[in-house]
Amino acid sequence: MASVTYDHVYKRFGDVTAVNDLNIQIADKEFLVFVGPSGCGKTTSLRLLAGLEEISDGQILIGDRVVNDVPPKDRDIAMVFQSYALYPHMTVYDNMAFGLKLRKTPKDEIAQRVREAAEILDIDHLLDRKPKQLSGGQRQRVAVGRAIVREPAVFLFDEPLSNLDAKLRVQTRAQLTKLHQRLQTTFIYVTHDQVEAMTMATRIAVMKDGILQQIDTPQNLYDKPSNVFVGGFIGSPSMNFFDATLVESDGKLEVNAGGFRLEVPGEKASAWAPYKGKEVIFGIRPEDVHSKQFTPPGILESDMTAKVDVTELMGNEIFLYLLTGDDKQFIGRVDPRVKVDSGDQIELAVNMGNAHIFDPKTEVALGE
Amino acid sequence: MRNQAVKKRKFSFADFGIYALLWGYAAVVLLPLLLVLGNTMRTTRQIFQEPAGLPTSINFDSYVRAWQEASFNIYFFNSLLITVLSVLLATAVSALAAYILGRYIFFGSKFLLSFFMAGLMMPFRLAIVPLFMMLNNIGLVDSRMGVILVYAATGVPFSIFILSAFFRQLPQELAEAARIDGAGEFRIFGQIMLPLVRPALATVAVFQFVPLWNDFFYPLILLRSTEKWTLAVGMTRFFGEFQTDWSTLFAGLVITTLPLIILFLLATKQIITGLTAGIGK
Repeated sequence: MASVTYDHVYKRFGDVTAVNDLNIQIADKEFLVFVGPSGCGKTTSLRLLAGLEEISDGQILIGDRVVNDVPPKDRDIAMVFQSYALYPHMTVYDNMAFGLKLRKTPKDEIAQRVREAAEILDIDHLLDRKPKQLSGGQRQRVAVGRAIVREPAVFLFDEPLSNLDAKLRVQTRAQLTKLHQRLQTTFIYVTHDQVEAMTMATRIAVMKDGILQQIDTPQNLYDKPSNVFVGGFIGSPSMNFFDATLVESDGKLEVNAGGFRLEVPGEKASAWAPYKGKEVIFGIRPEDVHSKQFTPPGILESDMTAKVDVTELMGNEIFLYLLTGDDKQFIGRVDPRVKVDSGDQIELAVNMGNAHIFDPKTEVALGE
Repeated sequence: MRNQAVKKRKFSFADFGIYALLWGYAAVVLLPLLLVLGNTMRTTRQIFQEPAGLPTSINFDSYVRAWQEASFNIYFFNSLLITVLSVLLATAVSALAAYILGRYIFFGSKFLLSFFMAGLMMPFRLAIVPLFMMLNNIGLVDSRMGVILVYAATGVPFSIFILSAFFRQLPQELAEAARIDGAGEFRIFGQIMLPLVRPALATVAVFQFVPLWNDFFYPLILLRSTEKWTLAVGMTRFFGEFQTDWSTLFAGLVITTLPLIILFLLATKQIITGLTAGIGK
């Protein structure tokens, strides 16, 4: 059980700064997920914590202890690798027992801990097999088992689900969440998949180009993205962005994006009022673009029309690829009862209560 | 495509040619061996009268003569001792060096690897005079240890060449997982990495064993006392100035060849794995 602190941490590889002034406080028992596109520094951040890379500047603390110069084995951590890194010549039992043997744990205690972990993960019938005799999902569970038996203060996961097929990934996601609840230990998890991040994390750290963009709970990250990158990265399909100007018309604030105008209602108008007359980036999520015909109740509605380009039926909803008056594409997620074909005009109701504006130069969120 | 693969292939004219060629080659290699084997059971007189004849009776007198009277028991022991220790020493040293050179980049590592590789291109026999003088100075002439050290050194370049390539292929994450599990460098090497290059170790060991076992040159020059001779040198004692005991000589040849045949039979699978590793999944 331990907290983890990144205190002004830098990692440079030659001229490249992979991690740039990272500051995070991770509380005990938290499930923190690092998420971002490849090359954003998330895996490097994890490897710095594991002790597999040396820190260029700053310090990392596990609990109250600075671990900059502590070798990996003495950091009280366990790690699950993307490739699982199971020892191919050892049985599942030996793979899981290896770390305990090196720590001179008594034999009967090793046997007991391996058996317990194997039962939790439902791999107790595989203990005599070698890794090559296992399926991908079983290997993944053995890798998790190898971490569990060590009973570390912090668990590290480096994209552990990326080698599994889609269905197994969804199942394993739920199992990992359950495991976190059961073990009551700090989990730190790296992924490029924002769905994994949203579903499992207690807090998410979004990174880009080595810089931490935002760290918050999944809901806050979704509701209040701090900049254009986070807004676009979290959520699928991603947020629609338009270059727009905030204008006043008949005493009401409006978003003028060239191809359409949207009225800014009530409370949003007062929050955005300071940016009247200024250029902004206007952001609206596809799930906040409804068809006028089936508008859900209780939203801060503002109406517009658009031309349907492509329709994708998902069963429970329809993804509409829409074109604004000046032929800019955006996406709406509408009720499956909507009957439209490509080329049709459609009346839309946009939920302005969930709309965002960003500074066009710094891309930072405004009026939140 | 799949149907064609399942169907039995027709035996074509080209196949016939290939098989004829292979059987022909096998005959060229095997017939002299069979001739040697047969002649161990005949007397020298019979051999001279009819060199390619068949033995009239099954007897192992010549083997007993070679083993006991011609001191082949001593030579055999010496050959075994020198070859096995040389191979063990060279493989141990090479595995350690290859692990570091294959997996780590440090100041001078490229030069060091090139230095070892240069050994592959150098004909060691050219260095016999300085080598002899050096061994003489440190009192290792006419000593089995001297031959072992020379042999081990000649085996190192090839072994490092093969082993470093194998160590390089092993995933870095394995070493990292072991490090987090609490293993030090030596344990990672010994318990994780070394077991994974076993096919390469077998290949390297066999490829060193054969030429050392057969070598005539170094023991002839470096060993004077007959009780330290190896099989290859010991064999020369059969060639008398006036007469040669051919059946005992042939028995000696069989005794000399047998360990190599056994070694190949035991290690074929490992060697093939070692030589073809990384070609495909």
